[in-house]
Amino acid sequence: MSDGVLTSGRQRGLFAAWRAMLVRDLTLAMRRRADVLTSLFFFVIVVSLFPLGVSPEMAVLRGIAPGVIWVAALLATMLSLGRMFADDHQDGSLEQTLLLPHPLSMLVLGKVLAHWLVSGLPLVLLSPLLGMQLGLEGEAIGLLMVTLLLGTPVLSLIGATGAALTLGVRGGGVLVSLLVLPLYIPVLIFGTGAVDAGISGMDYEGHLSLLGAFLVMALLTTPLATAAALRISVE
Amino acid sequence: MLEIRDLECVRGDHRLFTGLKFSLQGGELLYLRGSNGSGKTSLLRTVCGLLEPAEGEVLWKGRNVRSQRDEFNAELTYLGHLNGVKGELTAFENLRLGGALSGLAVSEDDIYQALERIGLGGREDLPAQVLSQGQKRRVALARLLLSQASLWVLDEPFTALDVGAVDLLAKLIEAHLQKGGMAMFTTHQAVDIRAGAVREMNLDARNS
Repeated sequence: MSDGVLTSGRQRGLFAAWRAMLVRDLTLAMRRRADVLTSLFFFVIVVSLFPLGVSPEMAVLRGIAPGVIWVAALLATMLSLGRMFADDHQDGSLEQTLLLPHPLSMLVLGKVLAHWLVSGLPLVLLSPLLGMQLGLEGEAIGLLMVTLLLGTPVLSLIGATGAALTLGVRGGGVLVSLLVLPLYIPVLIFGTGAVDAGISGMDYEGHLSLLGAFLVMALLTTPLATAAALRISVE
Repeated sequence: MLEIRDLECVRGDHRLFTGLKFSLQGGELLYLRGSNGSGKTSLLRTVCGLLEPAEGEVLWKGRNVRSQRDEFNAELTYLGHLNGVKGELTAFENLRLGGALSGLAVSEDDIYQALERIGLGGREDLPAQVLSQGQKRRVALARLLLSQASLWVLDEPFTALDVGAVDLLAKLIEAHLQKGGMAMFTTHQAVDIRAGAVREMNLDARNS
């Protein structure tokens, strides 16, 4: 009985801590709006360069649109990974986080959710506009948003592991790209694949199921890997 | 309560100490001495579980801390060289979110009182990045006032503090020991703690 009370008390504590972590990271992001906006503008500008550089022909643009938007989303995510743990590592908040009486992987999940809300979700919300710019039409745009909605959380989850592994390493920003971008390839292939299939009238459910499966896999495995990497980083 | 068995710590290729043993009961204070590089910080971080010991183990209530990390962390407050204070958040927000993270039931009044007592009254709502070095340290110290942990591990807690704050911190440690708490700290300053059983350990003497 008392054991049960203890467990439920701890679970409530964990939920409160999880929420506090989310609130803290979102508040920090709001106070450093410039950081957040930089990667969003980067996303918009990279996509807007293609009509100028490749061709203004709608037929050409429509063909490359899913790939261009997805690649730009990967790169924009890379830009924002650096700040996920680096500041905490520098000011000692990371040490304090490691010494909290809660499972570190759960707290990591809170941080990743905050990162996604600030850097992933805005990409999803901006994508229809950029899709229209590249000549995509109604259904294709909807599909693009769905793939990004499923895919960008995977980018944040995998990126967190990469960011944790390169903490405190000189030139970590470049290293994290080399580490993480190859792992993003499956998400890129099936994300663009689904939209391409939708445009050419083929069945895209398989692609979406696979993206969903990636998300579940990443949710289950990456927080543990990130937590382990964070423990190593403070040694 | 806290027991260290045959602890060995290695940094790089250098062995800092080996075969270190001690135990700490309620009401006891361990005053860790030693020159720069003698392994004081490494020892404190190993006790907290931030560093893996090369050999030996740290026991809390008879069990290895690694097998009960959450239970041990709930009873531990660590203050390191870094304050762990977020510059973009105000002193008040730092403490409120810190309290929620460690699962403490602290009310807003508790936090205002703690900040008042630590000498930051009237500066609760300034972003911590505009505070001076010593004031940031005080924000970190205010955590001790709110903490319900029984083991305090303080790494050079007196740096950057003025005379008044040093006295205040010494009093806090005394009160903590009188309540039956345990503390470990290192410092290069002469500080007088007049409560509990003060034990000293000199890492230099062990190595020579």
